[in-house]
Amino acid sequence: MRYPKNGRFGEFGGKYIPETLVPAIEELEENYLKFKDDKSFKKELDYYLKVYAGRPTPLYYAKNLSEKIGGARIYLKREDLLHGGAHKINNTLGQALLAKKMKKKRIIAETGAGQHGVATAMACAALGMKAEVYMGYKDTIRQKLNVFRMDLLGCKVYPVYSGSKTLKDAINEAIRDWITNVETTYYLLGSAVGPHPYPVMVRDFQSVIGNEIISQMKKINKTSDYVIACVGGGSNAIGTFYPLVDSNSEMIGVEAAGKGLKSKLHSATLSAGTKGVLHGMMTYLLQDKEGQITETHSISAGLDYPGVGPEHAYYKDTKRIKYHSATDAEVVDAFLTLTREEGIIPALESAHAIAEAIKVARKGKKSESIVVTLSGRGDKDVEEVQKYLKRNVKN
Amino acid sequence: MSRIKEKFIELEAKNQKALISYIMVGFPNEKATITAVRGLVKGGADIIELGFPFSDPIADGPVIQNASTISLKNGTNISKFFSIVKKIRKETDIPLVLMTYTNILYHMGYGKFISQAKKAGIDGFILPDMSFEESKEYLQAAKSNADTIFLISPNTNKNRIQKIAKVSTGFLYLVAVYGTTGVKTGIKNYTIKAIKNVKKQTKGKIPVGVGFGISTPSDVKKYIKAGADAVIVGSAYLKLIEKTPQNKLESKIASFTKSLKKQTIL
Repeated sequence: MRYPKNGRFGEFGGKYIPETLVPAIEELEENYLKFKDDKSFKKELDYYLKVYAGRPTPLYYAKNLSEKIGGARIYLKREDLLHGGAHKINNTLGQALLAKKMKKKRIIAETGAGQHGVATAMACAALGMKAEVYMGYKDTIRQKLNVFRMDLLGCKVYPVYSGSKTLKDAINEAIRDWITNVETTYYLLGSAVGPHPYPVMVRDFQSVIGNEIISQMKKINKTSDYVIACVGGGSNAIGTFYPLVDSNSEMIGVEAAGKGLKSKLHSATLSAGTKGVLHGMMTYLLQDKEGQITETHSISAGLDYPGVGPEHAYYKDTKRIKYHSATDAEVVDAFLTLTREEGIIPALESAHAIAEAIKVARKGKKSESIVVTLSGRGDKDVEEVQKYLKRNVKN
Repeated sequence: MSRIKEKFIELEAKNQKALISYIMVGFPNEKATITAVRGLVKGGADIIELGFPFSDPIADGPVIQNASTISLKNGTNISKFFSIVKKIRKETDIPLVLMTYTNILYHMGYGKFISQAKKAGIDGFILPDMSFEESKEYLQAAKSNADTIFLISPNTNKNRIQKIAKVSTGFLYLVAVYGTTGVKTGIKNYTIKAIKNVKKQTKGKIPVGVGFGISTPSDVKKYIKAGADAVIVGSAYLKLIEKTPQNKLESKIASFTKSLKKQTIL
């Protein structure tokens, strides 16, 4: 699946889009194909990734955590140390640079937790462009710090009041804006979702994560027996997994089980979803028996999405990657554990991957290694965690 | 021959263009839908487009979004929709087109959904997020069973117009403006050009309907003058339904429809 020519990963993906967007999508694909292997484009992107975003990110052996568990060794891929505090900047720099080459003046984006919005605002500021961001009203409340950050960065934030008022609705509204302003506007999608070529393009820009993991593990003479990442739309996970699909590593994507898979209050699309068409792609979705998209729940706004990237759907069906889930309670536990043991406050999204890593490490041998992508830092989440603890602490 | 095709032949003989009227089924309730349809028929609508609500209508503006939300909240589902269509069919022979999003058909299975819809009395389908590239299975399921009405945009190139026209039956739906449904922008030069261009590319093999942002008799007049074979009015009807009490709904819808229809008679 290096480059899915018809936009399909097996039966998943495609481009289910209003006709107005077809020329824009064709123009995007044409330019992406032209620039993705272009030497000067790559050089410019590498420059920004290195000196602006802070790549390569370290691979950190979480000694305290590993010894506490007493099983396999846990390594953290520190995407949380990137500028802006999350892996999102890998993709926004790539796409913003592409938009600039395409001479697009106006950039729009959607955001869930606000990390993609912030990363878009930063990349646009650095490259001298203007960004406007759609964000579900519910998310603007629970992630209000990120709204203010975008504001400071000179980016307009539009709260979205329709539907469930979260990421899904922000994407709907961004698509509507794009349809309306298709001739002038570049839509900078933040996850490995949407119509072709977005899923493959976002994957490629995020693959720097997996590629660095390979060379960093080689340097310390270790093999990554397990590779773990959290999955909402799935951009940090596909960037982690894709370079390793031909390796022997066992890979696990971790979805948000919210209040439990049986509660219906979750966002575990691959674990509990069915096939369908949303946001331009065929993939697994959380939907009712008639094909209406259902509302999702997760303690982490970034995973609160009823769909998933089509390439993940493909790897689920082909069984190359396993998809598990972690509940809000397990996630807060993992959040606290990592914070106390290692002095690293993870984003709640990333804490899903940590929760799984703890489970895997417990069963693993001391000679085995687990690489976990720590996709973002948790400063944005401390208030949410505080509230959760107030509600749930026993005694 | 399909009811839609027959209708266009009949109109041509009378030297008329078509008025296609859209309403959202179940907005605000079943009774209003049945009453509104009576008004549409009485007022002289040529084809009725029935919207089936979807949770994420990306091609729709605020008016249809709101109507979808209310319809779903009030319990519209597929079996209820089909039962309403059957009731409508008992009263009228007017061509009925179903407008919804791809996932609704995909989820039940294109074949199963289309045959049930056909049985209820639906003549054709409009799916704004069904692109030509992804339509193979859908087309197979609809083949000689129902009309597949595809959309074309002012920025669709010649080559694509011809490909889309080839798989479209009933009529072609030209989106008048860059934007979602119901957003009023006034008639644009690029729309007039697009109508002429699509007519030229299709050489009269299929009627061309224009929709999105058309809400008044004077709008209808301008698009007909520009060469459209049909005009589609939607959000304006929903606004009217929203503000009209049930006991006046039929007559209000009928008189509004009549004022629009008048502009399609040459």
